[in-house]
Amino acid sequence: MVEILQNLALGFSTALTPTVLMYAFVGCVVGTLVGVLPGVGPLAGISLLLPATYGMNPTSAIVLLAGIYYGAMYGGSTTSILMRIPGEVASVMTCVDGYAMTQKGRAGAALAIAAVGSFVAGTLSIVALMLLAPPLAEFALRFGPPENFALLVLGLLALAYMSSGSMPKSLTMAALGLLLGMIGIDTMSAFFRFHYGVAELGDGIGIVPVAVGLFGISEILLSAGREGKAEIRAPRLRELLPNRDEWRASAAPIGRGTVLGFLIGIIPGPGHVISSFVSYSVERRISRNPDEFGHGAVAGVAGPESANNSATTGAFVPMLALGLPSGAIPAIMLAAMMIHGIAPGPMLIQQQPELFWSVIASMYVGNVVLLILNLPFVGIFVNILRIPYSYLYPAILAFATVGVYAVNNSVVDVWIMAGAGLAGYVLRKLDFELAPIILGLVLAPMLELSFRQSLAMSAGSYGIFLSRPIAAVMLAVAMTLLMLGIRSIFRRTPRT
Amino acid sequence: MHALTVDRAAGAAFAVFALLVLWESRSIPFGTFAEPGPGALPVLLALTLLICSIAVFAGGRTGERLVDIRWSEWRHAVAILGTCCFLALALERLGYRLTIFVALLTLVSIVEKKGWTAGIAFAGGFSLGTHFLFNTLLKVPLPRGPFGF
Repeated sequence: MVEILQNLALGFSTALTPTVLMYAFVGCVVGTLVGVLPGVGPLAGISLLLPATYGMNPTSAIVLLAGIYYGAMYGGSTTSILMRIPGEVASVMTCVDGYAMTQKGRAGAALAIAAVGSFVAGTLSIVALMLLAPPLAEFALRFGPPENFALLVLGLLALAYMSSGSMPKSLTMAALGLLLGMIGIDTMSAFFRFHYGVAELGDGIGIVPVAVGLFGISEILLSAGREGKAEIRAPRLRELLPNRDEWRASAAPIGRGTVLGFLIGIIPGPGHVISSFVSYSVERRISRNPDEFGHGAVAGVAGPESANNSATTGAFVPMLALGLPSGAIPAIMLAAMMIHGIAPGPMLIQQQPELFWSVIASMYVGNVVLLILNLPFVGIFVNILRIPYSYLYPAILAFATVGVYAVNNSVVDVWIMAGAGLAGYVLRKLDFELAPIILGLVLAPMLELSFRQSLAMSAGSYGIFLSRPIAAVMLAVAMTLLMLGIRSIFRRTPRT
Repeated sequence: MHALTVDRAAGAAFAVFALLVLWESRSIPFGTFAEPGPGALPVLLALTLLICSIAVFAGGRTGERLVDIRWSEWRHAVAILGTCCFLALALERLGYRLTIFVALLTLVSIVEKKGWTAGIAFAGGFSLGTHFLFNTLLKVPLPRGPFGF
C-alpha cells in the first residue's frame, strides 16, 4: 500500500506539472466537444488527433489522448439526453430515459446526474484500477477464445432477455446486427463477403454511420412531422439541478454502474458499450417500477452513464498492464504508445513507472477537470433546446454528415448513415428496439473470430465450450436465459 | 379474415431477408462444421434470423394492425432522406461548403418555409463556420469542389 502511494505521488509530481496539466485540460475539453458533436465519437476524435501528438513527449501524448477518451464519455451523454443522438455508441442507452427526461422538462437534471455519476464512477474506478489491476488482469488473462465466445453469447442473450420488448423481436434485431457485421473481409481467410463491388466495405460496415443513422437520423425523420415540434420550453435555472428524489434515485444505480462497468471494462471487448447496456438492463430488472424505464427513469441515466465511464477506466487495465487492447479505442491508444517508442506490456510498470503512474494520476486530474467543465456548462448545453427545430435538425444532419464522413473520408459511410436512418425510422414505427442491432454489429467480428479460433484450438471439437469451466458456466447461464425467454413467450401467448 | 398485424408483416419481411442472405451466401465457402469457413457464420446467423422471424410472425396473431400505423410525417421524411442522398452524392463532387450550403438552404427555405433570406444566412454561416472549425482548426480534411471551394 505504501509503495502504491509512493508511486502515485511520483505520478502526481508529473501530472501536476504545468505542461502535462495543460494537455490533460486540452484533452478533456476536446474530448467533451468530440462527445457532444453528434457523429464524432471518441474513436474518430482520437484517430483524427493522433497525428497532432507526434511532436509531444510520450507522457503528454498519452495524457492528451486519454483525456479525449474519457472526455468524450462525459460529452457523449449530452446529445443523447438533449437530442436523442448518441454522441458515441456507449451513450445509446442514455438516449432512452435521458431524452424522455428532457421531454418531461428535466433535461438539466438528467445532464447533472450524468455528470456527477460519471465523476463518481470515474474516480472510484481509478482507485480500483490502482489497487486491483494486477489480480484482475491475471483473471482476464484466463480468457481464451472459448471464454470470449461464451461471454459474447451470454451478453447478447442477456440483452434480449432483459429488454423491454419481446425476446424474439430483440433477438431478431441482434441477429440482424450480427449479420451486418459479417460484411467485409474475413480476418481468417481474407475472403471478401457481401461486397457487391464496393471496395470501401472491405473493413466492414462502420459502427459510427449505423449508430448515427439508426438513432440520430431516424429521430429527425420521426420528429419532422410532429405537431408543435418547435415548441421546446427552456428549463428554468432551478430545474438545472436534480431534486432530492432524483438524487436519491440515482445514488444506488451510480454505485452498481461503477462496479459493473469496471468489471466489464477489463474484459476484452467493447466494455464501455456492453457495460451501459448491461447496467440499464440490471437497473430495469431490479427496479420497483420497471414501467418507468423508457419514460424518464433516473436510474436509466445514472446507471449506464456511470457504467460506461467506469468501463473506460477498466479498459486501461489490460492495455497498460498486459499490452492487450480491449477494444478499438484502446487499440489506437496502444498504437500511439508504440509510435512514441513505448513497449506496452507487463514490463511497462517496472521499466517506465513514471509514465504508468502519471497516466493514473492524470485520470484523477481529468475527472476533476471534467466535473468543473460539465456542471457549470450544463446550462449552456440545455440552451441548445432554445434553437427552433426547423434550424436545429438541418444543423444536426450536417454535423452528423461531417462526423460520419470524417471517420474514413468516405461517402459510402454517408450512404450507410442514410440507409440506417431509413431502417431505424421504419423499425421504430413497427415498435422494434434498435439497441440490439448496434450490439450485434459491434460484437460480430469478435464472435466469429472466437468461435473459429476455439474450433481451431480443439481440432473441430465443440466439446471445448463445455470442457472449460468459465465458458461452460457462461453458456449454461445463457441457455437458461434462452429457456426462460421461450417459457415466457408461451405463457404470454393468449389461447384462442 | 384478420388484417395483417405489424409483427406478422415484420416477421415475414425479416424471413424473406434471411432467405435472401442464405441465397447470397452460396458463393462463400462454408467449410465444414469442424473447420468453419468464411461462409459458416453468415449461414448460421441467417438461420437464426429466420427462426426468430418465424417466432415473431407466429407471436403476431394479435396486436397493432399494419394499416393503423400513421405515416403523417412522410413528406418531411422523404425530403430529409432526399437531402441525405444529395449529401452523399454531392459531397466529393461539389465540395463540403457548397454541398452543405445547398442542403441546408433546401431544408430551411423550401421544406421548412422560413424564407430565402433566413435560409441563405443560416446555410452560408453554418457551412463556412463548420468548415473553419473542422478543416482549419481541427485539421479534418474536408472535400473541395471543382471551384476550389
